[in-house]
Amino acid sequence: MASLPGASASRRGLSPTAVGVLFALPWLIGFLVFQLYPIAAAAYYSFTEFSLFDDPVWIGLDNYRDLLQDERFFKSLYNTAYMTVIGVPLGLAFALICALALNTPSRLQPLYRAIVYLPTVVPIVAATYLWRWLLNSQYGYVNQVIGWFGLYQPLWQEDPFWTKPALLIMGLWLVGATTIIYLAALKEVPRSYYEAAEIDGANAWSTFWNITWPAISPVTLFQLVIGVIGSLQYFTQAYLFAQERLNQGGGGPKDSLLMYGMYVFQNAFQYLDMGYASALAWILFLISLAVTAVILGFATRWVHYEGD
Amino acid sequence: MAAIVPATPAIPPRKRPSLRKLTVIAVRELAPILVTLLFLFPFIVMISTSFKSPDETFSIPPRIWSDHWIIDNYRRVFEVMPFWRYVGNTLLLSILAVIGTLFSCPLVAYSLAKIPWKLRGPLFLLIISTMMLPPQVTMIPIYLLWNETPLMGTWWPLIIPNFLGSAFSIFLLRQFFRGIPNDLLDAARIDGASEARIYWGIVLPLAKPALATVGLFAFVGTWTDFLNPLIYLNDPELYTLSIGLYNFFSEHGVEWGPLMAACVIFSIPLVVVFIVAQRHFIEGISLTGLK
Repeated sequence: MASLPGASASRRGLSPTAVGVLFALPWLIGFLVFQLYPIAAAAYYSFTEFSLFDDPVWIGLDNYRDLLQDERFFKSLYNTAYMTVIGVPLGLAFALICALALNTPSRLQPLYRAIVYLPTVVPIVAATYLWRWLLNSQYGYVNQVIGWFGLYQPLWQEDPFWTKPALLIMGLWLVGATTIIYLAALKEVPRSYYEAAEIDGANAWSTFWNITWPAISPVTLFQLVIGVIGSLQYFTQAYLFAQERLNQGGGGPKDSLLMYGMYVFQNAFQYLDMGYASALAWILFLISLAVTAVILGFATRWVHYEGD
Repeated sequence: MAAIVPATPAIPPRKRPSLRKLTVIAVRELAPILVTLLFLFPFIVMISTSFKSPDETFSIPPRIWSDHWIIDNYRRVFEVMPFWRYVGNTLLLSILAVIGTLFSCPLVAYSLAKIPWKLRGPLFLLIISTMMLPPQVTMIPIYLLWNETPLMGTWWPLIIPNFLGSAFSIFLLRQFFRGIPNDLLDAARIDGASEARIYWGIVLPLAKPALATVGLFAFVGTWTDFLNPLIYLNDPELYTLSIGLYNFFSEHGVEWGPLMAACVIFSIPLVVVFIVAQRHFIEGISLTGLK
């Protein structure tokens, strides 16, 4: 690889590989220092007792053994799974419904689209505090609207059963990016398919399931992966919902808001138990790998790429 | 469901539109307005609450309209915390993030998209797969690493990583760079231009729209960041707005009016940036989401 013949060899005689590596250098350094080393170091720390002030002491599998006895570990796993299994499909469905509603030939569409996206540029801290106000059980607007219909008005921030649904509702306000992606995907579906369906007398429902849904399935898959990955690292909204002090994330009523990412944070920065926190982090790493593999593995069953 | 009915006018079977057809049209026209109002409503509450006195804020039932709009909440924002300092801190960090991102990400993206070297395929996959990595996995060793340096407690741990690229921005730029015709670059190579010269003189000027998009995302990302400032900033002098907002919480409860006023001011720069540069946001999102 000293030099390739022809136009691709650069004037100074550097091989394309050398040039390629040079250009990629910033990321390569970042990867080694801020990703590869930390993953390896977390693996090592996870086998130690390490309180930040003392040097790490090797204790073998003790941290992992302790995990199996730790109710809060399982609670945080459950809460995160709840947000993933319910929240992600719910968000996708809502984004798709919004996209379908906005997919009209209206001249105002760019305006509609901008408004739906707008919440996602609001700082997440401001957005979360706003929703704590909207979901205030006594003075909040959400419960007022629920009251108009004579339905049960939950204690969104006090009742452990309702705290996670409160986060889900807030999440629906933040589906703008997914909506825009769906909207773009809907425009790509060839119009001739719909014309054919109309000639066949298909109704809107079967047109959706037979034409629209398969055509946008690659987008759904991609958003599903992004959504699940995002959900596994769920942190800020739950932290701010359950906040007790600035640097002390509580877990909310009965730990109902204790997400996995928050539990890692608590162990590391509140209890200063870096070894135990690292064990938690490594399990999160393995879970992310497994979940991604599973989703991609299932993908071939229901995703239709054009030309299949 | 009405929205998926194709917009092309079919051959009208009757002269007068049937009731059914009128309903479809009504739903199709009303649905987007309803959806938009749903997304707009929380903004209205935020703004309305920011101009209300505590008495009116805590009214049952809650009311959007007020008979006595007040400005005091905005004054209170500046009493409760060193607001301008926090705005300055947040702005400085956001601008440095943009500079760092625009320095590092296009370089890497160029290597992936336009330099014909063997390992660029695997490298691309590696970069993509790091997007799957939750920050909580690497957070602790990175913190311990900074803890070994004198930079702990300063802004540097928040600034430096931007100069080492981010997977999402690299991905977005790489998609854009691939659209630049190779003939253009090959012609320059035949003329003896170095890769650095091609990158600086041809590719970057052509990529201005994509650079704008990536820069905007970096700005918004840093302006709104919570986790990193939470971990690394201990000195209240260095706080960003995300952290500073907590000042409105106390044992006596939350000062909702002033808090909402602060949220309005905190959000305005981003809303303005978004309105001005809407095209870049929408294109950036569509570019990353579809392919």
